[in-house]
Amino acid sequence: MNTTVADMHPPAPPVFYTREEVHHNGTLLGFWIYLMSDLFIFASLFACNAVLGTNYAGGPTASEVFDLPGLAINTALLLVSSVTFGFAMLEMARQRKRAMLIWLAVSGLLAAAFVGLEIHEFATMIAEGATPERSAFLSSFFTLVGTHGLHVTVGVIWLIVLMVQLGQFGLTEANIRRLRCLSMFWHFLDLVWVGVFSYVYLVGVLR
Amino acid sequence: MDHRSEIWNFLLGNLSLKVLPLHNTLEDRILQVTFAVVAISGLAIFGWVTVKRRWGYLWREWFTTVDHKKLGIMYMILATVMLLRGFTDAIMMRIQQATAFGANMGYLPPTHYDQIFTAHGAIMIFFVAMAYIVGLMNYVMPTQIGARDVAFPFLNNLSFWLTVSGVMLFMTSLFVGSFSRAGWLGYPPVSEYQLGSGVDYYIWGLQLSGLGTLLTGINFVVTILKMRAPGMSLMKMPMFTWTSLCTSGLIVVTFPILTAALFLLSLDRYVGTHFFTNDLGGNVMMYINLIWIWGHPEVYILILPLFGVFSEIVATFSGKRLFGYSSMVYATVSIMILSYLVWLHHFFTMGSGPDVNSFFALTTMMISIPTGVKIFNWLFTMYRGRVRFDVPMLWTMGFLFTFTIGGMTGVMLSVAPADFLLHNSLFLVAHFHNVIIGGVVFGVFAGINYWFPKAFGFQLDPFWGKASFWFWQIGFWVAFGPLYVLGLMGVTRRLSHFEDPSLQIWFVIAAFGAFLILLGILSFLMQLYVSIRHRERYAVGHDPWGGRTLEWSTSSPPPPYNFAFTPVVRERDAWTDMKEHGYVRPRDGFQPIHMPKNSATGVWIGLLGFAFGFGMTWYIWWLAVASFVGIVAVAIGHTFNYHREETIPAEDVKQFEHTGNWKPAGEGASA
Amino acid sequence: MSQTTHSGSMHGGAHDAGMGEDHGSLRGYLTGFVLAAILTVIPFWLVMGHVIASKPLAILLVLALAAVQIVVHMIYFLHLNTKSEHGWNMLAFIFALVLVVIVLGASLWVMYNENANMMPMSPIYQQYHKGG
Repeated sequence: MNTTVADMHPPAPPVFYTREEVHHNGTLLGFWIYLMSDLFIFASLFACNAVLGTNYAGGPTASEVFDLPGLAINTALLLVSSVTFGFAMLEMARQRKRAMLIWLAVSGLLAAAFVGLEIHEFATMIAEGATPERSAFLSSFFTLVGTHGLHVTVGVIWLIVLMVQLGQFGLTEANIRRLRCLSMFWHFLDLVWVGVFSYVYLVGVLR
Repeated sequence: MDHRSEIWNFLLGNLSLKVLPLHNTLEDRILQVTFAVVAISGLAIFGWVTVKRRWGYLWREWFTTVDHKKLGIMYMILATVMLLRGFTDAIMMRIQQATAFGANMGYLPPTHYDQIFTAHGAIMIFFVAMAYIVGLMNYVMPTQIGARDVAFPFLNNLSFWLTVSGVMLFMTSLFVGSFSRAGWLGYPPVSEYQLGSGVDYYIWGLQLSGLGTLLTGINFVVTILKMRAPGMSLMKMPMFTWTSLCTSGLIVVTFPILTAALFLLSLDRYVGTHFFTNDLGGNVMMYINLIWIWGHPEVYILILPLFGVFSEIVATFSGKRLFGYSSMVYATVSIMILSYLVWLHHFFTMGSGPDVNSFFALTTMMISIPTGVKIFNWLFTMYRGRVRFDVPMLWTMGFLFTFTIGGMTGVMLSVAPADFLLHNSLFLVAHFHNVIIGGVVFGVFAGINYWFPKAFGFQLDPFWGKASFWFWQIGFWVAFGPLYVLGLMGVTRRLSHFEDPSLQIWFVIAAFGAFLILLGILSFLMQLYVSIRHRERYAVGHDPWGGRTLEWSTSSPPPPYNFAFTPVVRERDAWTDMKEHGYVRPRDGFQPIHMPKNSATGVWIGLLGFAFGFGMTWYIWWLAVASFVGIVAVAIGHTFNYHREETIPAEDVKQFEHTGNWKPAGEGASA
Repeated sequence: MSQTTHSGSMHGGAHDAGMGEDHGSLRGYLTGFVLAAILTVIPFWLVMGHVIASKPLAILLVLALAAVQIVVHMIYFLHLNTKSEHGWNMLAFIFALVLVVIVLGASLWVMYNENANMMPMSPIYQQYHKGG
């Protein structure tokens, strides 16, 4: 903005352009806005769960099928993985690649365990006859929780790809940006999970 | 299908010769002729490109481009092609309704007629109106804010190809299987239990193009928030950029809901869940609720950018700055927020009760206030201005007249008790065509006429432009005036046959109106042809209209980098300010410019997306799985490419800035 | 490796007034974790231990705790503040949040009324149509 043309004549005409290359990177803001849009996918599914959540259609009810101790373990896994991911980000800021990768691996394993437990929970429910086709309550339950689980799975795959790239290309500007995006994604999914365990499970059992 | 072996079922899913239109019925004959026309013209284009050896050029310069200007032009071409398709549907319906009375059942059986009105609605909204506004925003918005491209150029290309894959699915349904017969929003229970490929084509076509639109929305929001020229504060943004921002913001918060609603519908159809079924606790109304939470903001997504177009045109052709700029901004933002609070007026009659209906009736009436503010702002801009009635301004005048009446019939519909009488009638059909044709279509044509010289360096022929305008304007009223009358008499929509012969005259008039609109469309094509043919005669400078915003400060057509130096903005009408204060385009001191590199990833993902949608539609599971895995693989592969920028050498910039011809020295090497 | 690493990260910062400069701190993450853990344990305890007899009150408490926990996650894990990206992150979040509340709240309101008015089995419907 300071290096400008037209300082030849005494009554300098106003400055209408800059010779500096103006550089913007919108990735982080863009990713945040993507997350906001994702919020509306979840909002739609939550709305369905809220409206259809007690339509048991003579089938199993929430308090019959929900395994709250298992849910507590799952919640703990996800919460801890959020913190370990935070530790990875701290190591990234300190340029300590090895420690960062270790924390990332820990976070990924925790999330994978979360997905594994969820699959186990689904399998158990389906074996007991509580299938998504049984009632609107179960349809909305499986879809909402499954969509969250799918997001976590995508997060794990992304994490693996990114760990390969971090190993291969190091902590470059681009990789740091990607890691920050993944970090937002990770914490965002934890935040959605707060809604899931509170509303779908705990309130589901109560209402 | 009964006798074929398992391997064929595996390979072809539900596909068989039966689903092709090979029967000796009028319906299939129509499709065969259509197919012949499409195939012959397709082969002709293919042959021409091959003979002229233009494939490489098309691939390098267009298909893989990340340049927002070229993508914008491709969106406009796509939308125009789809306009022809959607309009063919329209005129087929008009002929059917004008003839099918009493003993005459018309030439279209109900199953075909139902496909046509479904396809007409869905195509006109998703692939004509949306494609047009995305095209306009793509071309104009970055140049208005003094940017060299959008924030995510590759995603822009991907969005386009995802839209194309949706279009391809819709078009395939013409010849392979059938299209949905469930109306343009696919209401359950019809869409739940309708057998065959139709609803599935509809679902996957919209899912793919909807994803593309969502990415566009995110892209444009970030572009406007982060890439404005230095000095361009929010309240100095051109009006079109403001409306683009609000539209993109609405896309971000509504399209995911469409995605979710269609996703749940597809789960019901494929997996057997019970979201919108009539049994086991499902609730049909939940779909209608969700789809309209998207659907109502959607109509404002469509109209807001055109409000921006009219604002630019009115200011330019009145030679004045826009009257009441701040009120215009606040009106746009209020419309954006209010549009999220009115969706229930689409189902007043479905039993929500007086308190719910009153609330949504009130919000609906309220949204007409900011719209009214805008109308008055445009009128006051013209007041005491030196108004030039060039073609863009003609469209604007037509819009002011037509859209205002459409808005008033909208207020009539917003009165819940009145809606109980008018709901699902032709009055409603006339109303939404009144606002969408009078607003969106007129705005698009205004925008095309206004910015065409910017994009190509020559103007569009005014004679054919005026012909197109008058045919559209008169044709619109002849076509839809009768529908208002019929609707008030209680005729419902979506009927392929009528008993009462006294109604026929109105439908005949409406069909005549549709033919006038056809002449309007043909005049537009003629306008394009004549102007391109005689482009030297229509050649203009970079600022033919006396524009007021930054896009007019660069060349026509602009170079790939838009601006050799990033503009610095002092005033709202930046280009007017520059002209008034002796701006001289810099001629030296050029530096290399970093631009994003082309990418083929978008094309591949679009093609794989089409294959995925086709596989899902026909239950060809191997194809669906393989193409889905392919999409993931291509996407991951794309992330391993870290070299996404290339440099335009300073000499090339200098060469362009001095001659106005874009002939990069390194063309052969880089290509 | 360390060289490329270093120059890579140096390059980025200049124009990026982004949210990123705030990677959080150990203290922040641990505070967030402890708060989140507490806010998770309480609702589980409320429900699993059948602590409160009144169901509506229990539901209200669970939802209130969830809301608080979401704020905790926002602040300590997602580092949402009014400064990052010139406040656009915050504005986008508030905008989205308001609309999400509208989607959820109005959907429930609309659907409740439709069920009440249109489902023949519902008590309100039966009340209106008694003897009619």
